[in-house]
Amino acid sequence: MAEFIRFDRISKFYGPLCVVENLDLSIGKGEFVSLLGPSGSGKTTLLMMLAGFEQPTSGNILLDGTAINAVPTHKRDMGVVFQNYALFPHMSVGDNIAFPLQMRGIGKAEVGERVKRALGMVQLSALVDRRPSQLSGGQQQRVALARALVFEPRVVLMDEPLGALDKNLREQMQLDIRDLHRRLGLTIVFVTHDQSEALTMSDRVAVFNKGKIEQIGTPRQVYDEPATRFVAEFIGETNLVEGVVEAVQGQEATVRLPSGAQIVSAVSGTVASGQPVFLSIRPERVDLSETRGEARNVLETEVTDSVYQGDHLRVQLQNATHPLIAKLGRRSREYPPGTKVFAAFSAGDCRVIAP
Amino acid sequence: MPMKIAKATFATLTVLFLVAPLIAILPLAFTSSVILTYPIPSWSLRWFEELFFADAWRRAIVNSLIIGTGTTLLATVLGTAASLGLRNRLILFRGTMRTLFLLPMVVPAVVLGVGMQVLLAGFGLTNSYLGVIIAHTVVAVPFVVVSVTGALAGIDERVELAAQSLGAAPATVFRRITLPLAMPGVLSGAVLAFATSLDEVVLTLFVAGPNQRTLARQMFSSIRENISPAIAAAAFLFIVATVLIGLVVVLSRSMLAKRR
Ligand SMILES: Nc1ncnc2c1ncn2[C@@H]1O[C@H](COP(=O)(O)OP(=O)(O)O)[C@@H](O)[C@H]1O
Ligand SMILES: [Mg+2]
Repeated sequence: MAEFIRFDRISKFYGPLCVVENLDLSIGKGEFVSLLGPSGSGKTTLLMMLAGFEQPTSGNILLDGTAINAVPTHKRDMGVVFQNYALFPHMSVGDNIAFPLQMRGIGKAEVGERVKRALGMVQLSALVDRRPSQLSGGQQQRVALARALVFEPRVVLMDEPLGALDKNLREQMQLDIRDLHRRLGLTIVFVTHDQSEALTMSDRVAVFNKGKIEQIGTPRQVYDEPATRFVAEFIGETNLVEGVVEAVQGQEATVRLPSGAQIVSAVSGTVASGQPVFLSIRPERVDLSETRGEARNVLETEVTDSVYQGDHLRVQLQNATHPLIAKLGRRSREYPPGTKVFAAFSAGDCRVIAP
Repeated sequence: MPMKIAKATFATLTVLFLVAPLIAILPLAFTSSVILTYPIPSWSLRWFEELFFADAWRRAIVNSLIIGTGTTLLATVLGTAASLGLRNRLILFRGTMRTLFLLPMVVPAVVLGVGMQVLLAGFGLTNSYLGVIIAHTVVAVPFVVVSVTGALAGIDERVELAAQSLGAAPATVFRRITLPLAMPGVLSGAVLAFATSLDEVVLTLFVAGPNQRTLARQMFSSIRENISPAIAAAAFLFIVATVLIGLVVVLSRSMLAKRR
């Protein structure tokens, strides 16, 4: 994919506070990239610099090969959707959507035509004369989206645009936005702190922590192959078990746990034998059985608790030295507390992470 | 229950205390007698006639309108500009600056009056309409600043950022977004400025010449010279104007509230 946006060693300081640190990121044309991270990790700041609301302390932002640091916001041609929508309260829905077209000196007839099409796209045609204050949160969200898309901007920036919606509506909008992205071939930079939202919508996810990108990759990569402990813990749920590398064989390593058990696991990054590491084992990849079985990695455990959660059964286990959580399919049998079970998983279902 | 009655009584008494002067003066506007006292022998509009046809009173009303309008325009422009400037986060000592703008509200009017007199004399502006308008503007600007600052504070900054990102240059953002959203505040500021000018006596005494006698000033001097009920009629006019002004302010506030 051709590179379209590039953050080149971007840093941002507020006084002594470093909010974004020497960050590199490139985004392809037509790509949907999520900036995912906890609150305060600098995602919004990065987006605001891309939109031109903030200036980087150092580094360059390139759009289509040219530095845009000195280009003022109104000439950047980027559609921004804010978390609180930021609709113009004194204008009707139609006037809100017409605004960016009027700014571009487009003739009245064409403005009307395009506003109509944009409203149709977000299924709000009936509400063209309403004021934003007369709309529900979800409707306001759609107007904001239509307004940011109607002028066919080069990039669409969204800062937690779905944060204020309730769960059902949010999931619907996630699919709608993803659909628009595919249909219109938009380049979208999407900020969120909701990992499932990022996984659902994105081509690639950049995981932020304290102003840095810990890992960038497809949803599958950041989930299945977390590069750091932070990523493993932030995205989804995981079991983190300490151990020491005994041997490295290509993309796999043998790790000895404090209990003495040996685990063979895939490796993220590079590790050397003798190095203390973490093993990340996703709970849904753990199988339980009462016999040892054939699996490569087996831990002897005892059930301490099990909770039925509708779509899955959540079993808490205790090994000699560490706890372990397993999520089993809902067809699984019950495991009453005290049951001795073997927890098994393949080498590909866990990762060695350098601390 | 007794508590409730006590509260209601207290509230009534307080209101009475506040409006007693109005109750005392207003009926006298409609007296047919030539002196400003009770009892009222019969009802008449003769003092309103006096107000509008006697030269001194008519000129006072016209002066008040001229000076009030000038003050309103000048104070609204200056106060709005000041409020917009005070929004800028990069301004040093922003809090101090804001306080400076509000200073004329608390500085005793006599002090301002003396200062104004000296200053305007320096520019040869005493005894001129412009001089009075400038003096009134000084005391009216704080009202505009308070009112417009309030309205601006209610504007979500992201709305303006959104406009920028949609392609609006800063001047366009101001014209299409900021100003319309602040307009109720600007309007109520303007109305307050007009009311301030209408009401102002002390500064007027210091800087106005005989040709700039305002209605308030005319009432002040005529109550010492001849206590004619024309004063009561003028007072009635004032009250009506004030109530109208109050209505405009309230309406613009509710307009503002409805938009949010
Ligand atoms: N204008 C500002 N002045 C000072 N500090 C700021 C400013 N904007 C953001 N910050 C700080 O920068 C950090 C990152 O903020 P932000 O980019 O909003 O994080 P996120 O969007 O990931 O939650 C936070 O610690 C925040 O307090
Ligand atoms: Mg944020």
